[in-house]
Amino acid sequence: MIEIGLGHYLSLGAIIFFLGTIGIFLNRKNVIVILMSIELILLAVNINLISFSIFSGDIVGQIFTMLILTVAAAEAAIGLAIIVIYYRNKGSIRVEDIHGMKG
Amino acid sequence: MLAHSIFFYFFSIIAIFSSLMVITSRNTVNSVFFLILDFISVGCLFIMVGAEFLGMIILIVYVGAVAVLFLFVVMMLNVAEQKQSWFIGKKSTHIPTGLIVSVLILLELLVVVGGWKYKDNLMSSSTLELSNISNTHQLGLVMYTDYILYFQLAGIILLLSMIGAILLTFRQRKGVKKQSYFNQISRDPASSIELKEVESNKGVKIDD
Repeated sequence: MIEIGLGHYLSLGAIIFFLGTIGIFLNRKNVIVILMSIELILLAVNINLISFSIFSGDIVGQIFTMLILTVAAAEAAIGLAIIVIYYRNKGSIRVEDIHGMKG
Repeated sequence: MLAHSIFFYFFSIIAIFSSLMVITSRNTVNSVFFLILDFISVGCLFIMVGAEFLGMIILIVYVGAVAVLFLFVVMMLNVAEQKQSWFIGKKSTHIPTGLIVSVLILLELLVVVGGWKYKDNLMSSSTLELSNISNTHQLGLVMYTDYILYFQLAGIILLLSMIGAILLTFRQRKGVKKQSYFNQISRDPASSIELKEVESNKGVKIDD
């Protein structure tokens, strides 16, 4: 319990990943919170990669973390731009209202 | 070692609590602020475990750029009026399914963590053995040599996302008076000056 090892960090990553996935399903309010949940999931993946990188003594995990960070920033920018133009067209970003391709 | 565990539990409890608040908060602005708190605490964890550079990058990129971007979008869109309605109102079949899937994922991850037997020399080719140089130095030594193509690919991804975001949100508004450099430069006195006879007590009508 006192000795902090790899398992503690992996557990933290697992719990944050769990909260991110549950946030995607639980959310009925707006799409922005879904994007935030995706950011949480990516953060959990980063925690896993960095803890493996530190505890196994290989720095490549940190490089992959940087690449994931890049992709997360790009994804947030594109996703928020899509949300902005969707709101401009439809006037709402509720998840229930987004069914334009339902047919 | 005691301080390490105390700080680990402190920051991880803050991280878990704030990520819980991100997904359950009523107000979207509060969600963004809890997301910022989450990023800060995880960045402190990264700094504590020895990845200083990435901890600082998390602080700069996530807190300084991504979370502020979220905040701007939340402020631009009128989402405050949308009331939270998970459990009241329309029955949704997503929530039990989502709970089952998420709990299964959590259990699988925790089983992996619990059953993990950590081998002593997991990596035969350790690149962290140069322990007298800093973390940033080590990252630079590997990133700009072996992973230079991935680094440039990341730059291209960022460029593409910037162009895409600008193109998606760009719109030409009608009725906005803008400066037109071409028209400004290419006009001459013959076309822009008009002399009129002004009659007394009548004035002159200037059409624009």
